[in-house]
Amino acid sequence: MSRGRRIGTVVLALLLAWLVAYPLLIVAVESVRGGTGGWTLEYFRRFGTEPREWQALWGSLWTSVASVVLAGLIGVPLAFLFERHDFPGRRLIGALVALPAVLPPLVGVIAFLFLYGETGFIARMVQGALRMDEVPWRLEGAWAILLVHAYSMYVYFYLFTRAGLAQLDHAAIEAAQSLGASRGRTLFRVTLPLLAPSLRGAALLTFMTALASFSAPYIFGGGFRVMTTQIVFTRLNGEYGMAMAQTVVLSLLGLAGLWLAGEGGPGTGRAGGKGVAPPARLIASPGLRLAATIGGWTLGIFLLLPHVTLLLLSFVPVGTWTIETFPPAYTVGNYVTLFSQPERLRPLGNSLWMATLATAVAMLAALAAGVLISRHRSTVGRWTERLLAVPWLVPGTVFAVALASAFSVHAPWVARIILVGTIWILPLAYVIRNLPLASRAVLAGFRGLDPALDEAAHSLGAGRGRTLRRITLPLLRPALAAGATLAFVTALGDFVVSIILYTYDTRPLSLEILSSLRQGDVGIASAYGVLLMALSGLVFALGSERQVVTR
Amino acid sequence: MPYLSLHALTRRFGDQAGVFDLSLGVERGGILALLGPSGSGKTTTLRMLGGFERPDAGRITVEQEEVTQLRPERRRFGMVFQHYALFPHLDVGQNIAFGLESLGVRGAAAEQRIGEALALVDLGGFARRAVAELSGGQQQRIALARALAPEPRVLLLDEPLSNLDPALRERTRRELRTLIRRVGITTVIVTHEQEDAFDLADTVAVLNQGRLEQVGTPEALYQHPATVFVARFIGRSSWMTGRLVSREAGILRVSVDGAEWRLREGVAGGVINPGPVQVMARPEGLALAPPGRGLAGEVTDRRFAGAGTYYVVKTAAGIHVEVLAGATDAAVGDQVSLAPVREPAGAEDGLHLFPAAGA
Repeated sequence: MSRGRRIGTVVLALLLAWLVAYPLLIVAVESVRGGTGGWTLEYFRRFGTEPREWQALWGSLWTSVASVVLAGLIGVPLAFLFERHDFPGRRLIGALVALPAVLPPLVGVIAFLFLYGETGFIARMVQGALRMDEVPWRLEGAWAILLVHAYSMYVYFYLFTRAGLAQLDHAAIEAAQSLGASRGRTLFRVTLPLLAPSLRGAALLTFMTALASFSAPYIFGGGFRVMTTQIVFTRLNGEYGMAMAQTVVLSLLGLAGLWLAGEGGPGTGRAGGKGVAPPARLIASPGLRLAATIGGWTLGIFLLLPHVTLLLLSFVPVGTWTIETFPPAYTVGNYVTLFSQPERLRPLGNSLWMATLATAVAMLAALAAGVLISRHRSTVGRWTERLLAVPWLVPGTVFAVALASAFSVHAPWVARIILVGTIWILPLAYVIRNLPLASRAVLAGFRGLDPALDEAAHSLGAGRGRTLRRITLPLLRPALAAGATLAFVTALGDFVVSIILYTYDTRPLSLEILSSLRQGDVGIASAYGVLLMALSGLVFALGSERQVVTR
Repeated sequence: MPYLSLHALTRRFGDQAGVFDLSLGVERGGILALLGPSGSGKTTTLRMLGGFERPDAGRITVEQEEVTQLRPERRRFGMVFQHYALFPHLDVGQNIAFGLESLGVRGAAAEQRIGEALALVDLGGFARRAVAELSGGQQQRIALARALAPEPRVLLLDEPLSNLDPALRERTRRELRTLIRRVGITTVIVTHEQEDAFDLADTVAVLNQGRLEQVGTPEALYQHPATVFVARFIGRSSWMTGRLVSREAGILRVSVDGAEWRLREGVAGGVINPGPVQVMARPEGLALAPPGRGLAGEVTDRRFAGAGTYYVVKTAAGIHVEVLAGATDAAVGDQVSLAPVREPAGAEDGLHLFPAAGA
């Protein structure tokens, strides 16, 4: 390893340690720090004795496990259906399956509110059809949270299972059949065990996402407590020490989940074998084919409904929709308001510049990591890679609290400066949250490149700079696009970090949606949601250009 | 002094085999093959030549100029990689232009050189093809054209034929040999295939566990193997234990399981004193004879191979000896005896003596 590379690696590792590990350390320290400066376990003692805290802990745990089960029950059969069987409309619906991904968490929750909530379309339709005096249900509590989670998280199981099925060695399945195994026995004894790494990866990703979920419990929770909302409410009450203790507990819960899964992050699961998957077969029996078709289209509509709901509501003028099943009046006024009033337009500008900056910085850090550590084994390099993954392992709420604590004190001698309250804290938080997504994609890209390509360029007289510019970067384009897309969309729609760290000058779209909603301005809130959705979809479309052959 | 020299080159790895104290030289325009099994250090040696590995000790010189510490991009050594490493996002012409740009050759001059390089490998008109459209053999030739276009001082080939199927391999080898000789470039080839090394190179260095076993022409390696490893690695051979009975007037008497064979002085690489020896025989060095005229055995297998037929003879000691003979000389189950084709037999007759194992 050259001297320059070693220095670069150490600098990167130190920078990451400061921004990623240090704030978490400060949270841990402050959770055992007494008001007068001594050490205390008072906050943890209170946590242990208050039933509310236990309820929140238990709520977080069981809803996360239930989300895994629900998402698996929906995602895995769907993946089998779409990967192995053909039926009319398969391609179209297959494309719709990724729709929850372009729905930022808060926007999705709001769409669900107006779709299935007590004043939503479905509830009103049922009420009208059955001529009931009251709304048939309230979208509140654990089951509401689980509904949202199932909708948005089954995608993980679906995508992981499909990827696993696609690279499954089909010869193993044929071997089982030739050894006389029935279809059921083949499924349970061969196919599913081979898919285990994919399923474990999806389960872990779902568990961590559900544990970190904030928007759904925040909007639908009602009296139902989970840790993420508990932390935010405790902080709002000014009980900082207690919030730190809760933050530590939530982090430990996440680490426990990670430890149980025995894996180092999402997507590490890979089914073995290099066999070629068979093409999807048209379902032979007409009855089954009809069932698959109807089921598929129903699913497609279910997936599309939240988006349609938002779009519809974004055209509803303020105060016109009261008791009717469907809004009586439509107008483009909401969009006109949004684009003509500078104060209304600002959140859009804020979200755009912060997401762009955060994506650019995270991608630069990921590229630096790729150049410095992807092909050179070293202890510092391994720690750098772990640090890059940490923001994924820790719920967003925890990170926001950690950054809020670390950078609210002016103490440069212990590497703490005041950033809270400035316009920089939110972009910084986005950068850190984006690091795992960006670095994962970029490092995988680097490792997928044949090292001989670099060597060939060198032997043809190209130095490091020209090799990077002419060979490495062009070949990494798909990986860079994938990483940047995910990072940008996540930052653009962020709610969980923003609600803790935003300032009036940097209030992002998600908070503007929330405040519009609180003012009863459903149309404006939906218009913002549609805008966010459209931008996310656009960025996804741009980012997923056809991949260049890299080998 | 040779054009390209390796002086006491050493590269150690923690757990894997490295290269130890390797010294070799190649004359201007010479072709050297590094031959050895996997883990013998041949690829490491090539990578040190290319500048991709830094030696722990030793020096590399070209035309008296030391290049040991020179970065690959300054070395002006052309390399053809095992999997070709063509840049997949550039077309064939751009791939070749890449090395020319490093020399500042652009525009019309570059186009002309690209055309010449493509003509050299017989792929004129391929400049605008995408890399993905090329067959394996074409990729190899483009990789060669790309490496040669900047007119490097030395050409390095890493297992140049290992990715081609057998039918294509033979033809490509022939073309490659013609091309390298026509260009007249000093070349180092790494291969684990004896046939490739013998066909392409005029000097072959046999490596084993990071050390040089023997270097010489293909004929010298086959007829005068210096070590048991070289004798086993190059060509086919059968091994018997025997006893050197006497050594008089350039004639060695060796007894093998009761038979006595007369050999000439040249068959023993090192000085061997009377006593136990290992006797190595090439299939063409022994002949089949009726029982009682030499080493007794039974034919256990017979394999027709066109120009001759290989017989496996099991001796009384239980050793399987392979003999090349006429198609009708014996049948499976026949009792036969084995004797040198000619007596006294010389090294060129395919018989050799080595010190007994452990001696």
